[in-house]
Amino acid sequence: MGVEQKLGNMGVVTVTLENAVNWSRTNAMWPMLFGLACCAIEMMAAQASDFDMSRFGMELMRASPRQSDLMIVAGRVSKKMGPVLRRLYDQMPEPKWVIAMGDCASCGGVFNNYAIHQGVDEVVPVDVYVAGCPPRPEALIHGILTLYEKVNAMKFVEKNK
Amino acid sequence: MREQIEEIPVGQFRHLVSERALNGETMLLNMGPQHPSTHGVLRLLLELDGETVINCIPDIGYLHTGVEKNMEAKTYQKAEVMTDRLDYMNPIGNNLAYVMAVEKLVDLDVPPRAQALRVILTELQRISSHLVLIGTWGLDLGAMSMFLYCFRERELLLNIFELVSGQRMMTTYFRPGGVWRDAPVEFEAAVRDFIKIFPRRIDEYERLLTKNPLFVDRMVDIGYLSKEAALSYGVTGPNLRASGVNWDLRKARPYMGYEQYDFDVPVATEGDTYARYIVRIEEFRQSLRIIEQALDKLPMGPVHSDNRKFVPPPRAEIGVSMEALIHHFKLWTEGFRAPDASVYSAVESPRGELGVLMAGDGSGKPRRVHMRTPSFDNISAISEMVKGHLVADLVAILASIDIVLGDIDR
Amino acid sequence: MDKNLEPVVKDLQSKFGATCEEFRGEAQCLVKAENVVPALTFLRDDCGFELLSSQSAIDYYPQTSPRFHVVYQLTSISKNLSVQLRVPVADGQTIPTATGVYKLCMWRERELMDMFGINFDGHPDPRRILMPEGTEGHPLRRDFPLGYEEPQFTFNFDEIQLPKPHPKE
Repeated sequence: MGVEQKLGNMGVVTVTLENAVNWSRTNAMWPMLFGLACCAIEMMAAQASDFDMSRFGMELMRASPRQSDLMIVAGRVSKKMGPVLRRLYDQMPEPKWVIAMGDCASCGGVFNNYAIHQGVDEVVPVDVYVAGCPPRPEALIHGILTLYEKVNAMKFVEKNK
Repeated sequence: MREQIEEIPVGQFRHLVSERALNGETMLLNMGPQHPSTHGVLRLLLELDGETVINCIPDIGYLHTGVEKNMEAKTYQKAEVMTDRLDYMNPIGNNLAYVMAVEKLVDLDVPPRAQALRVILTELQRISSHLVLIGTWGLDLGAMSMFLYCFRERELLLNIFELVSGQRMMTTYFRPGGVWRDAPVEFEAAVRDFIKIFPRRIDEYERLLTKNPLFVDRMVDIGYLSKEAALSYGVTGPNLRASGVNWDLRKARPYMGYEQYDFDVPVATEGDTYARYIVRIEEFRQSLRIIEQALDKLPMGPVHSDNRKFVPPPRAEIGVSMEALIHHFKLWTEGFRAPDASVYSAVESPRGELGVLMAGDGSGKPRRVHMRTPSFDNISAISEMVKGHLVADLVAILASIDIVLGDIDR
Repeated sequence: MDKNLEPVVKDLQSKFGATCEEFRGEAQCLVKAENVVPALTFLRDDCGFELLSSQSAIDYYPQTSPRFHVVYQLTSISKNLSVQLRVPVADGQTIPTATGVYKLCMWRERELMDMFGINFDGHPDPRRILMPEGTEGHPLRRDFPLGYEEPQFTFNFDEIQLPKPHPKE
């Protein structure tokens, strides 16, 4: 018989501020429309009718980095694209997260050569890596849910350090 | 004023823009590489007079992958996985172009069942590629529901590819000398289901788009490309056919038994964006015709060549035959040797002539593999098409060329 | 070789001193660098090769002169023929640009300049096309290193992880 239950009966829920903020962050996370290569097509498929990522609060893909808080790097990052990617990342408002979708973005994939960054983590810090070439839409959704777990465990103090 | 303009990094483009840009009369606008309607990481430098495009300078290479270089370091079989990822809307077609070049270089025959399977899958892939195009095209021009419909049908196709090869997109199902394995028994039923469903869906798309005034007004008389310019720029595929040239490699130089199938090559003469749309919608129907005939005629028999120098032996044989074991070992460690010569072989991909110039050097690895990717030459003609149009029309034109950046930059 | 192609090849041999070979039914004609533009103009105007399908190059590296073959793959739509012109080019030698004959060469020659370092004389827009400005070397040359990076496993994790240029938040 804590105070929570009493208030709960009255239609009021008490949570910590951290939980409330993290909950709202996860349920309205706007990814940036940032398709590079093959994985972008699977990312579009994850958005489209069969898989429907909007079930997880992601129906909006923002083309502008200023309006987005999640960057899904879908595809290989070439040496020419690296600076552009970093610039886009720098333009995103805090807090921001990055998912490296697919093998190329995670580690270079099959392209181990002069033109490709061996993993986008050479350019921007990555939160979640999704394996597959390209990953199925389910795998991407799993990656996003994994990111939600990470976001939900976030503490204010750590992030604002 | 002049100093201000100097600040824009016009330096390397100086000789491409008009004199008015240097005086500051016209504006230079950077579009991309991260832009929702460039279908990837294409950068366009536009010189604008108000809303009108005077010059359009494409800047490519943001997805340069070094595929051609990487292929030189791999054996012929292992290099094939690279081709999937070039034109990622058409992985199966790329595989076909590559394996046909290898087969031509080493003179390898493909059994008829494998040929028919290749035709069916390539045509399914053509439909899937056009579906993504029409869907994103609708999205660019404000018809969002088109995108959802097209991706719904695309899932049906991807399920077929997965059934056959185990992968949704990057199948690498075609191998030099045949295909990886025989199609499973459910394959035919799955394709027949699709053939039954899809014609109605095409009519649905047409009801949504073909006479929709919002769609038509943005496309008719926009982005005209003359026949002569198209040929000079090396534009091929549906874009060339929309300009009035009846040129389809499947018809003109049949490969993989295309001569057995009865189909038409849709041609339009207007050369504008709308004509390019009409040609692609019609190609849906023709591809379905080919698939249906190929399924009806699908012969029984082996699915890869029995030339053990190039095709690995079946798994069952390895346990009992010493020779099979040696062949298997040799093939997957050294690969096969190709003569020191070069061949050029081309197929009709959804975007145009996909050619492979392959040079062997007598060893197990190619000396040079050049992929003549159609988008590269198609996009080079964009400066011709957009001159004098508005920036908003540029979106429609860009969608109609059907570019894939992986195909352009390689 | 196609029967209809034989007169074309004969003309190339007599007018431009081409040496022609055949491999798997394809005609491959070697011409000298100074003859390539007249030969292409002749093929386009008099023989009906409207479409230049592809322009590319092959590097025969350990052999230095001529090191490259620039390959022009021509297609005739009206007659349904194709012929291949090859121009041997040594390292450092320039060849005349064909942009005046086929506009396709605008970009394909830029690609060759970028990837092989073959110089085209008179090209209107000689910038790099695929690699970023300021790159050193020409990646598709056979002596250019692939740039292979060791894959990271548990046993060599630190070895590769530490020198990696990892970004900061």
